[in-house]
Amino acid sequence: MNAITEALPRLERTGRVTQLRVLRSEWTKLVSVRSTRWSLLVAVILTVGLPMLFAGVTSAHWGSMGPNERADRHPLDIALAGVNVSQLAIAVLGVLTITAEYSTGMIRSTMIAVPKRLPVLWGKMIVYSLVGFVLMLPSVLIAFVGSQAILDRHHLLQISFSHHGVARSVIGGAVYLVLVGIFAYTIGAITRNTAGGIATFAGIFFVIPPLMNILPSSWNNAITPYLPSEAGRQIFSLTRGAHSLSPAAGGALFAGYCAAALALAAVLLATRDT
Amino acid sequence: MIEASALTKVYGEKRAVDDLTFTVRPGMVTGFLGPNGSGKSTTMRLVLGLDRPTRGDVTVNGKHYRAHIAPLHEVGALLEARSIHTGRSARNHLLALAQTHGISRKRVDELIDLVGLHDVARKRAGKFSLGMGQRLGIASALLGDPHTLLLDEPVNGLDPEGIHWIRNLLRSLAAEGRTVFVSSHLMSEMAVTADHLIVIGRGKLIADTSVDEFVRRASGLLVHVRTPQAAKLRELVVRDGVHVTTTEPNVLEIEGLTPEQVGELAAEHRIVLHGLSERQASLEEAFMHLTRDDVEFKALEREETAA
Repeated sequence: MNAITEALPRLERTGRVTQLRVLRSEWTKLVSVRSTRWSLLVAVILTVGLPMLFAGVTSAHWGSMGPNERADRHPLDIALAGVNVSQLAIAVLGVLTITAEYSTGMIRSTMIAVPKRLPVLWGKMIVYSLVGFVLMLPSVLIAFVGSQAILDRHHLLQISFSHHGVARSVIGGAVYLVLVGIFAYTIGAITRNTAGGIATFAGIFFVIPPLMNILPSSWNNAITPYLPSEAGRQIFSLTRGAHSLSPAAGGALFAGYCAAALALAAVLLATRDT
Repeated sequence: MIEASALTKVYGEKRAVDDLTFTVRPGMVTGFLGPNGSGKSTTMRLVLGLDRPTRGDVTVNGKHYRAHIAPLHEVGALLEARSIHTGRSARNHLLALAQTHGISRKRVDELIDLVGLHDVARKRAGKFSLGMGQRLGIASALLGDPHTLLLDEPVNGLDPEGIHWIRNLLRSLAAEGRTVFVSSHLMSEMAVTADHLIVIGRGKLIADTSVDEFVRRASGLLVHVRTPQAAKLRELVVRDGVHVTTTEPNVLEIEGLTPEQVGELAAEHRIVLHGLSERQASLEEAFMHLTRDDVEFKALEREETAA
């Protein structure tokens, strides 16, 4: 143990904290925790696997379906079925990306290394968004191509990638998931608590929308299109409901919600005690 | 160099830090001493910019902590509260911190060896013992080769060998001209490690002095009395400037009177003494004597008696 009683070896001072360096650090943090890797794997499996499963089931039962039931089946709904489920995994991981630092106390080490704090908020968001997009884009493309291949024999369920709106919907599935991740992440940054963050996200995405059906339909029609979940899902919806926003408007509104939540998170992070 | 002026932090009703002014100088180990809950950790958090002061100001190496462009090169910190993601390995934890400053992997590995965590560096930090966690915290504090070190209760959870190691490390870091600020609630620990002491109680500054001076000033003599009429004698001797403690039945420890005074007082009131002797107060007793009025639960006790 004599070796460790030597004084500290000198270090060449390597300059300042930069956003790029914080990005590298956040990348290391994201990939060095086992639960992150598992959540991302689950999101990929759900996004790719569920459409394959639904395509297989639909194909097997096609012969016994009536004309109305057949008409109800849309190939793009099948191809993007996984998005609706994997959004939960993406959202939970988005919340955890920041709340786990609070629950473990890691946030103090982070803030000591980067006392200006905001580079951390941006850094985590950029890294998580990039990782999400890089994983989800191939996933939705594989889901589309794969489910189409399984539905190969059914002329009615074939749709071309070049058909109007199809490419936008499929790629939109990946974009939507990335935005869901960002939205959940900012909620995590605001609540600083895993349970609180997930509950808030679930409230906004899964509790409030069905409650709207209790309202008079004129109110419902006036409010629902502007809810984050409804606006966001227009990004990957091929067909548009009578009261829905356009894909571009819905996507822009959802991105706007993300930006507003992020701005609030930034103000709170810069001013609150850690 | 750490400079605090009129530093104050109020949480709701509680004044955790109350008008603290002090300077921590380079080239020596400065002990930050106070009972548990006296505001040491809060002060450290204010220095590091984790919390904002309600009033007053504190700078490190001439600037607010948040204003430093490369804080890990300026200040290395070990906080008392765990500050590690439990699911990440020690090596990845240090690497993530190092990368914010462009510090190399080689340096991370050097530090892991320095603190003796080589064999467990790839294990999840959540499985670490308290002592291993402290060593990892010290590695992260030393990562940036900082001018100033801020260590909150660094010997907590360390075995005797680890305590010895920390002492030597702190002393050699100070000898290299660094500022070393280390908190403890143990006077005995500070007496062997520190050169200078900043003592606080209930968030207020009690003493800012060299260790030698503190020991000389604080450690008075105690009169040890054994008597079957302890309660009666106690009533007689208690007045301003005199403090009496009872460690066992029929024994009083009197501080602030000479044995002659106690003996004469007993004779005057026909109190039987079975023993009367004088002894030097220990460092811990000296420290308790200084902070006695500032320990929160004591204050509560007094209020209850008064009510």
